[in-house]
Amino acid sequence: MELVLSLGIGVLAAAGIWLILRPRTFQVVLGLSLLGYAVNLFIFAMGRITVGAPPVLGVGPGMVSVDDPVPQALVLTAVVISFALTALFLVVLLAARGETGCDHVDGREPHEAEPDAGNPLP
Amino acid sequence: MPPHLLLVSAALLPFLGSAAVIALPGHARNAAAALAGFVTLAGLACIVLLYPQATGGEPVVAAMDWLPSLGVRLVLRLDALSWIFAVLVLGIGALVVLYARYYMAAADPVPRLFCYFLAFVGAMLGLVLSGNLIQLVVFWEMTSVVSFLLIGYWSDNASARDGARMAVTITAAGGLCLLVGMVLLGQIAGSYELDTVLGAGEAIRKSPLYLPTLVLILAGALTKSAQFPFHIWLPRAMAAPTPISAYLHSATMVKAGIFLMIRFWPVLSGTESWYWIVGTAGMATMLVGAWSAIFQHDLKGLLAYSTISHLGLITLLLGLGSPLAVVAAIFHTVNHATFKASLFMAAGIIDHETGTRDMRRLSGLWRAMPYTATLAMVAAAAMAGVPLLNGFLSKEMFLAEAVDSTGAHPINTALPFFATVASAFTVLYSLRFIRQTFFGPPARDLPHAPHEPARWMRIPIEALVLVCIAIGLVPNLTIGPILAGAARSVLGDRTPDYDLAIWHGFNAPLAMSVLALAGGVALYRIFGRRIDTNPRGGPWLLDRFDGGHLFERAMTGLVLGARRLETILGTERLQPQLRLIFLAALLAATATGIGRGVDLFLQGRTTAFDPAFAMLWLTGAACALGAAERAKYHRLSAVILLGGAGLVSCLTFLWLSAPDLAVTQILVEIVTTVMLLLGLRWLPKRDEAIPAPLSERARARRRRLIDLGIAVLAGSGLAGLSYAVMTRPPVEGISRWFVEEAYPKAGGRNVVNVLLVDFRAFDTLGEICVLGVVGLTVFALLRRFRPAPDSLERPAQQVRFDAIDRAREGREPGHTASDALLVPRTVITWLSPFIVLLALHLFLRGHDLPGGGFAAGIALTIAFMLQYLARGAEWVEERLRIRPITWIGLGLLVSVLAGAMSWPFSHPFLTAAFAYWEAPVLGKVPLASALIFDLGIMILVVGSSVLMLVALAHQSLRRTRAAESEAERAAAREPA
Repeated sequence: MELVLSLGIGVLAAAGIWLILRPRTFQVVLGLSLLGYAVNLFIFAMGRITVGAPPVLGVGPGMVSVDDPVPQALVLTAVVISFALTALFLVVLLAARGETGCDHVDGREPHEAEPDAGNPLP
Repeated sequence: MPPHLLLVSAALLPFLGSAAVIALPGHARNAAAALAGFVTLAGLACIVLLYPQATGGEPVVAAMDWLPSLGVRLVLRLDALSWIFAVLVLGIGALVVLYARYYMAAADPVPRLFCYFLAFVGAMLGLVLSGNLIQLVVFWEMTSVVSFLLIGYWSDNASARDGARMAVTITAAGGLCLLVGMVLLGQIAGSYELDTVLGAGEAIRKSPLYLPTLVLILAGALTKSAQFPFHIWLPRAMAAPTPISAYLHSATMVKAGIFLMIRFWPVLSGTESWYWIVGTAGMATMLVGAWSAIFQHDLKGLLAYSTISHLGLITLLLGLGSPLAVVAAIFHTVNHATFKASLFMAAGIIDHETGTRDMRRLSGLWRAMPYTATLAMVAAAAMAGVPLLNGFLSKEMFLAEAVDSTGAHPINTALPFFATVASAFTVLYSLRFIRQTFFGPPARDLPHAPHEPARWMRIPIEALVLVCIAIGLVPNLTIGPILAGAARSVLGDRTPDYDLAIWHGFNAPLAMSVLALAGGVALYRIFGRRIDTNPRGGPWLLDRFDGGHLFERAMTGLVLGARRLETILGTERLQPQLRLIFLAALLAATATGIGRGVDLFLQGRTTAFDPAFAMLWLTGAACALGAAERAKYHRLSAVILLGGAGLVSCLTFLWLSAPDLAVTQILVEIVTTVMLLLGLRWLPKRDEAIPAPLSERARARRRRLIDLGIAVLAGSGLAGLSYAVMTRPPVEGISRWFVEEAYPKAGGRNVVNVLLVDFRAFDTLGEICVLGVVGLTVFALLRRFRPAPDSLERPAQQVRFDAIDRAREGREPGHTASDALLVPRTVITWLSPFIVLLALHLFLRGHDLPGGGFAAGIALTIAFMLQYLARGAEWVEERLRIRPITWIGLGLLVSVLAGAMSWPFSHPFLTAAFAYWEAPVLGKVPLASALIFDLGIMILVVGSSVLMLVALAHQSLRRTRAAESEAERAAAREPA
């Protein structure tokens, strides 16, 4: 299980990073989401993995051995924040596309003329 | 008044005066000068009244807490040394005020000058009175800043601006070094209080940090005191009004570095490094300054280089390391301040009355202004070290020290020679100054006909020259006791015996003095004419070394270097920057891993392998890779594949005992996917033929390979790391406490939810604030959204559907599109109430079972969103009035109020209470105040996510409207 999960995390992260390094804004947004999954799972994995022992206490005071709730709480927060992040990036990319007329992350196609570098001294 | 009150008044008065002066109208020259004069004289009176206490052995101290947590106090501390400097600052300050009143033109904004001037007086006074290292640095920096403002006073003059910039760059850079040096010094001594530091000299010199401390402190002192090679700023500072040059750049500010070296002489001196740095800098400065002064044609330039040379002389004395040399240094500081300030003032009068400072044009002013000429000659004679004037006495002491310390160090053998040479140069340029300006035939074609200045303008010079003569004639009656007190306050028990007499008999210093005088006169007779007609302008030998040019080159280099760094590391292009970030993270992680010797494949605990789980992740990995591959040209399928990867991670949470995460993840997944789909509409259409030039293709290929490498490395690193951690036994942390206390302390069985809404509720409050802010930002961004022109047309599918409708009888455009959604619409209409019910269910059970405010909020959002999907934005917005912004505010308010509910019970913010209530039908119902907090979360989540979705969905309406208004405009144009 551990091996499978860690390989999965690795693949998600690699795909995410690859996409983040791409030139089109939409690719970057998807990449951030993928990297978000990977990181969430990674944080979650830091609490070690257990099958069938959710941190929900049975009725009554009896204590059972349950999964670590702290990484879960952290990841729950992270899931919501990465949702907000994706939304924000999506809208920024739409606005940038409207402003610049292109969907390159730099706001212009790379082989277009560089803007004037200007005087070396202010 | 008690002494400490006098001291505080003296320190505060200039700042109060500075603030008051600037309130005067722009051309109130007399009022501004009167106020400034009153302030300086009052301050002077305070300091003079404190003379008995200051020289009584114990310094006068006034202190108050400043940064108590760091043990830093504001301390005003007046001992005999600071008394001398305070009197110089305030005494010469008062004279400069009087002089400036007549020097400045009525058209100049004089109150501004006096405002800066008084601020400078305050800063300088604060510096010499500082009893705390940090406070000293603060005032030190303040003098740099005010000096910048004063040099650039005539800001329409380019040389004034350049001079100000150079001065502030060099002195402020030194000031930064000084700050670090002072912090180190304070750390070594264990306190920032001056008295403690002065008592810890032995420990400081033995500390391993002594050398860096010394270098840093000296970097401050030597830049401020214009020591070679930092001296280049001082001649350019002469663009300041002459009263300012007289005051800041000869009498006071440049002496701040000297003051610092004297102040810390007992602590820092007496080592080889002190001797080498200070002695060498002083020697070089003295010679370079005197040599350069000879060749100046500008009166103020000559005086500026002469000031550099004298500062070098004082620094050299301090570098020699003998107590007697310190006495000579203090003495010469006072003498130099008096004669150089009066010379600057005389130069200012000449400039003011003739309109030029060029010695080649000036001549024979003796006839026009005999009185000024006499005063200037006396002062110049004091500078040259002519007997019966104060300069002679301190120069004799210097020469005596030069002779006496020959044995102390091998390099000192040449000291008497260099001392004599520098003195001869001094004689030479003093003579040239007097001879060129006042003698010879009367000058013709000067800008103004020269005449004596206003009576009051001469008074400051008269006063200063009088001091020169009084000290020169009867040193023991005038400066003697003051100097003795200052020497004792620095040297303590090491104070040497010395004699200030004019006549010490025939000895080596006298011989050197005579030699220098005779040599100077002889050199002037031989070379005078050639110096005047020196075609290249700069000093012989040194004119190749242009400090200003080097400085400009350095500054330009700095800017260019910064620009180059910016292009390499800057934010202008996103991809290289992200690449660097990932590479840096990779390197850092690898270095840490290798450094700590992490074994990734330690055989530890593992959970039993399940083929279904492996299948699940096979799907997940395929989805992720597919999304990565498709994202460029097949966005829709990429979004679907992304959703697949999200589902896999959601199932993983469920599998591995995290039901809360699974619930939230799947709901968030739905909303994210819908948002991405809504966004797709506004992205450019598939265009595989984006024209990339052939030359770019190889580069693009290489870049992709590099990126692939980074991605694979980072992914395998993360995989290895997670495997290594997961197979190690868990560490006993804080989790057990949360699990054990969730029910007894917070009345909840779902530990994750209890953590979020009770134990760590403050974090959650911060998080929902972020969510609210993001919602508002999205809304604000989309309000001004302008779609790209190529996205404005209706989507191809809609056009096709409408074409079908038009082709058939009895159908309106839009029917086919609406028919296509008939089944989903019906399902959604029936489903909606159940989704709302599910949301409520998730919310209510959250404290005990998986669910909670987040999940419930997102579920409610889905209910809204489905309406948009099924019916279109127009239909929903006509029927449903939702105010998401109000919801955001309300949610935040509810959460905060829920937290504040604990205040009346005098518990801290967000303390939760809980109880169980036996309800008539429902049975046992939990009633936790955390539930109200959770309610706030739910409302805010709904508000924020609905706001985002609505803002995105609403754009399709805007597009129609934009098209309509475009059509209207076209229609309006046609008839015309």
